[in-house]
Amino acid sequence: MSGAGSITAEPPPAAAPPSSKGGFWSRYGVALMFLLPATIFLGVWVVYPAIYTIFRSFFGQSGFDNFVGIDNYKTLFTSDLLLTAIKNNAIWVAVVPAFVTAVGLIFAVLTERVSWSVAFKTAVFMPMAISAFAAGVIWRIMDQQDPNLGAVNASIAVVKNAINPPGVLSDAKPSSENLQGTPNGGLTLQNPVQPGDVAKLGLTGIAPDEVPSSAVQAVLPEPLQGGITGVVWRDFKPGGGQPNEVEQEELGLPGVDLTLFDANGDKVASTTSADDGTFKFEGLEQGNYRVGIAASTFSPPFEGVAWLGEKLITPSLLIAYIWIWAGFSMVVIAAGLSAISRETLEAARTDGANEWQVFRRVTVPQLLPVLSVVFVTMLINVLKVFDIVVSLAPGSVQDDANVIALAMWRTSFGGANNFGLGSAIAVFLFILVIPILLLNVRNFRREI
Amino acid sequence: MTTATATAQSRAPVVEEPTSGKVLRALGRAPIHVLLVVVGLLWLVPTFGLLITSLIAPEDFAQGGWWRVFSQPSLLTFENYQSIWDTQAIRDSLLTTVWISIGGTLLPILVAALAGYAFAWLEFPGRDWAFIGVVALLVVPLQMALIPIFSLYNKVGIFDTVISLILFHTAFGLPFAIFLLRNFFIGIPKELLEAARIDGASEMRIFGQLILPLGLPAIASLAIFQFLWTWNDLLVALTFGRQTQPITVAIFSQLRQFGSNIELIAPASFVSLVIPLAVFFAFQRYFVQGLLAGSVK
Repeated sequence: MSGAGSITAEPPPAAAPPSSKGGFWSRYGVALMFLLPATIFLGVWVVYPAIYTIFRSFFGQSGFDNFVGIDNYKTLFTSDLLLTAIKNNAIWVAVVPAFVTAVGLIFAVLTERVSWSVAFKTAVFMPMAISAFAAGVIWRIMDQQDPNLGAVNASIAVVKNAINPPGVLSDAKPSSENLQGTPNGGLTLQNPVQPGDVAKLGLTGIAPDEVPSSAVQAVLPEPLQGGITGVVWRDFKPGGGQPNEVEQEELGLPGVDLTLFDANGDKVASTTSADDGTFKFEGLEQGNYRVGIAASTFSPPFEGVAWLGEKLITPSLLIAYIWIWAGFSMVVIAAGLSAISRETLEAARTDGANEWQVFRRVTVPQLLPVLSVVFVTMLINVLKVFDIVVSLAPGSVQDDANVIALAMWRTSFGGANNFGLGSAIAVFLFILVIPILLLNVRNFRREI
Repeated sequence: MTTATATAQSRAPVVEEPTSGKVLRALGRAPIHVLLVVVGLLWLVPTFGLLITSLIAPEDFAQGGWWRVFSQPSLLTFENYQSIWDTQAIRDSLLTTVWISIGGTLLPILVAALAGYAFAWLEFPGRDWAFIGVVALLVVPLQMALIPIFSLYNKVGIFDTVISLILFHTAFGLPFAIFLLRNFFIGIPKELLEAARIDGASEMRIFGQLILPLGLPAIASLAIFQFLWTWNDLLVALTFGRQTQPITVAIFSQLRQFGSNIELIAPASFVSLVIPLAVFFAFQRYFVQGLLAGSVK
């Protein structure tokens, strides 16, 4: 706008003006009329406020009667809340532009090789049309912690349960003191058993719907010559009963992993209980043994990753943001890719370069201007990021997810109404984009 | 893949070597096809999840994930949409969004077209410097204006009105709009303008009857951008509106109880994104053109 101000200040250029003679107004009046509306808008809504904000940042909350010097800027770098915002924004700057550019490049190169690239590009580009605010809502549904509600955790649960299935009895407790917990999370009978003995492993604290559906009445097995038998059962009888006694209406617990240890504590054998809860270890030598329930029986089901919790909220935001912007990067880079001369690629191939070398040494160098445009655009975007943080981060973790633009808004309008500090945060944001501003101006001046 | 193999086999007797090469190449590309299909679907899942969530009755929502509808299609219902449509506040906010977007699209285009024409084809002192000023304003964060304009609007008495939001969107849309239109207008053949000037047409007439029609592709791109920005805005409306709530702000005010308000948040969010999505699909070509003109240059 300093330029617009100079319209009247500078003398007419040496270049021949359109109309041959006449005063300033008859020469330039038309041009100034065309520029007037834009000048008013930019002057009143952009330039004047920017100058005002810079001044305001040196005054306290109450207004221009309270000059505080650079105190607001000191607060900016000492308050924990604002430091978190700056730190988070630094993470955004470090991750998003590079990631979005790389993902866009990969997509653009891959889609060049398929005939249905338009469908793929449309799918990836689509989030660009959606507001960052709505994208936040979309990902808040995706990122719900309960694997029954959040699609991301549901997918992880499928993989995790396939590799490491949850135990049948995740919160069972022993019914007698003879059965004690082991450091690795299992339960072991404290009294040694010998071949011919019958081990009783009673468990309580099992909700009726947690009992495996195949369970039947528990049975106390017969002793076995040269072997150890036993039973794992739900030692709970509705309306009372004796602890550590197998009684009517008490169910066996099928599918429990049992382990037999010798006197040295080494693992000898393992087995799984039947529908009536019984199990047996056969062909044992004389000696003392211990029977235990393996930890895997009690391993808790997958409870879901807390994507929206204080630790992971910023990574979740970055993922959602990359989801939005990858399409932009892909489309711009694909346009740049189609402008690369085919001859240079063919020449490199003829010289014996493999595809990776062609990509690395010929394609990427020619794409550099386009890649840098995407990178810089994303840099500006992440410095100003606001909407998605507001909608994806639950209120309770917004302090942890804070970014500069959000801190500016909350300081100025979110209840505190500290316009002095808010102005300082805005100026800080402005200072961060000044290098990009200068870059733009330099590039443009080179063009004209 | 299967079709490629089939045609290759049927042609095999005629041309032996090239077809086997074709099959090999197609086989070599199979991983790329699979990868792109998977990634493409992954990209669609989140939005699809919102759509399905918006179609599940509130009492069923907490029982399990939206993907249950694949096994229980009977869970789908328009109940939520019916109830948000019956909510006066939501209807009002949609209408507010429409007004803001229309005004916030047309006004900056008009103002920027005038200025863009002056920068492209009219002589005035300091023209290049003034345009560099516009380029510099491209990246000024609107946070720099929130506080002073908040005070100004209160003083003038237009705080919390649709017009105040339109004016703000216009001003901050202008640098990009002027930049885009000037660069497009400058490509209009000089001979056309000179012929018109020799015929004695006024600059206003040249602008209205020559520049605007010829500049239509760029104006269309710009219109889509400006429409999407204003429709999707949250920050400006949140700052300068109280009763004047576009749909984003209306949803924002429900976010505090995300779980219990999901039957309102999900359908309202989907409604809010359906219109920009329709605009995007209808005018995708112009959107991409504008994107390239604005960024790659």
